[in-house]
Amino acid sequence: MKILVCMSQVPDTTTRVKFVDDNKKLDTNGIQWVINPWDELSLTRALELKDDAATEVKSVTIAHVGHAGTEPTIRKALAIGADDAVRVNAEPADAFFVASQLAEVVRNDKFDILLCLIESSDHNGSTVGGMLAELLELPSISAVSGLNIRDGQVLINREIDGGRETVTLPTPFVAVVQKGIAKEPRIAAMRGIMMARTKPIKVLEPIAAETYTEIAGYEMPKPRTACRFIDPASPKQLIELLQQEAKVI
Amino acid sequence: MSVLVFTENWDGKFKKSSFELVSYASSVAEMLNTTACALSIGKVDKGELEELGLYGVKKIIGVTGDSLDVLDNQIYTRIIAETAVKEGATVVILSNNNTGKALAPRLSVRLRAGIGTGVSKLPVSINPFVLYKRAYSGNAYALLTIKTGIRIITLAQNSYELIERRNDPVIEEVPLQVDSSLAKTRVQEVQKQTGKILLTDAEIVVSGGRGMKSPDNWGPLIELADLLGAATACSRPVSDEGWRGHDEHTGQTGKIIAPNLYIAIGISGATQHLAGVSSSKYIVAINTDKDAPIFEAAQYGIVGDAMKVLPGLVESVREIKSR
Repeated sequence: MKILVCMSQVPDTTTRVKFVDDNKKLDTNGIQWVINPWDELSLTRALELKDDAATEVKSVTIAHVGHAGTEPTIRKALAIGADDAVRVNAEPADAFFVASQLAEVVRNDKFDILLCLIESSDHNGSTVGGMLAELLELPSISAVSGLNIRDGQVLINREIDGGRETVTLPTPFVAVVQKGIAKEPRIAAMRGIMMARTKPIKVLEPIAAETYTEIAGYEMPKPRTACRFIDPASPKQLIELLQQEAKVI
Repeated sequence: MSVLVFTENWDGKFKKSSFELVSYASSVAEMLNTTACALSIGKVDKGELEELGLYGVKKIIGVTGDSLDVLDNQIYTRIIAETAVKEGATVVILSNNNTGKALAPRLSVRLRAGIGTGVSKLPVSINPFVLYKRAYSGNAYALLTIKTGIRIITLAQNSYELIERRNDPVIEEVPLQVDSSLAKTRVQEVQKQTGKILLTDAEIVVSGGRGMKSPDNWGPLIELADLLGAATACSRPVSDEGWRGHDEHTGQTGKIIAPNLYIAIGISGATQHLAGVSSSKYIVAINTDKDAPIFEAAQYGIVGDAMKVLPGLVESVREIKSR
């Protein structure tokens, strides 16, 4: 079995974002790029499955759409333990464009489980995984919080409103993963960092693909009004404010 | 031309979020000078379908079939796509809940339609079609232009009001016409929590962080939530420690919520936590550290120890509710 982990890089999650070019572009000055937090978790789960001999997972590959500048982030994923990576050499223009490139990666090679993130912490789109599945006409499962392989059968936990289902699907399929898929992201060890230097990153040129959307601009959230502090000795005052002023209880 | 809205049902029933979705779709239809049509998939009584008619749709389509009890993304996508084509929909609206997020991107490819997810307002403009959506985990908002002829929107939960508009809708009940052998999803087990208010549906959420100090201290917090009719939540360290279940974790990698009132107790408010709750209409913070970032996001705050403040809050709410 082969697992493909679709990965994006995002600004470090504590970044205070700023915009340039008439608020149309992210100011990348001084930004620390990291593996999207959900991708880190799906990579961790993929590696756990590979480590378990009973699952017959033979390899874990990273797929990424981005320019050469993103290679340090890909190397990080290889250092954590992925076997190899494919980078499509293009700016990730929009979700449909990215999904089209990833679909081409999958058409060129065969994978059994395709892991995509529930959303990236930058565009918060949660769309690439579903698009990839539809482009490849593969089944997909969203809101996946658990992935196990027993006797060659893949068991998936899917979060539903107010509960959880355990479902099965034939491979190949796309799993859009979220919280719960792995506990703690795996961290690269020194040996992994050394080995990552020689692991292959295959570079593909992009196929022609449309974009369906474009960013017209960004806005910063409106600053909230200053916090009104209430004496800890009079909790009743808080409750009254919530009832009479905010009118939320 | 029309606006199609997919209204999911839960064991044959709709929820307040379904009606919010229909209200939103009707408002979008008014902006486009057209009418809205609601689509329900799976077994729902006619009386329940009629409920959707209170919020402005001109037509309600109910598709029923044996294999529709289980959400199979491929089958559901085809049903919605075929209905959208038949109804000449130029906008298709779904909820930004788990089901909507599973289906909308597939629909996008099938209908060659651009998509805006987690939208919290009516479109900013119709021509060009521009949506206002969350970006950078709530640290910014994006104005997203959709360039395609059909557009897909997923609406953030609890972000649009209910507007009653009776439009005398026609109800069409149609049998499933998509080949059900396409469905590959098999459910082996279902675990459901019953009687609990769902975090993503809740209008009030009471949430605890590390400041609660121990998993044994949750009693008064739960009591406060019960009195307020609120759902309970927690910060990431709390769910990582196993004090509370992962399903309660709100924040960047947990659940993203937008209740009317979010009460953060013993939560410092790291960027990653605020990413999940910053769309709340009101935030109340209770924390021992007056410099904690949560107070920058909150409108009301108490600097104090959670264990000492909570009993007084419970008492005050009880008093108000008994009036």
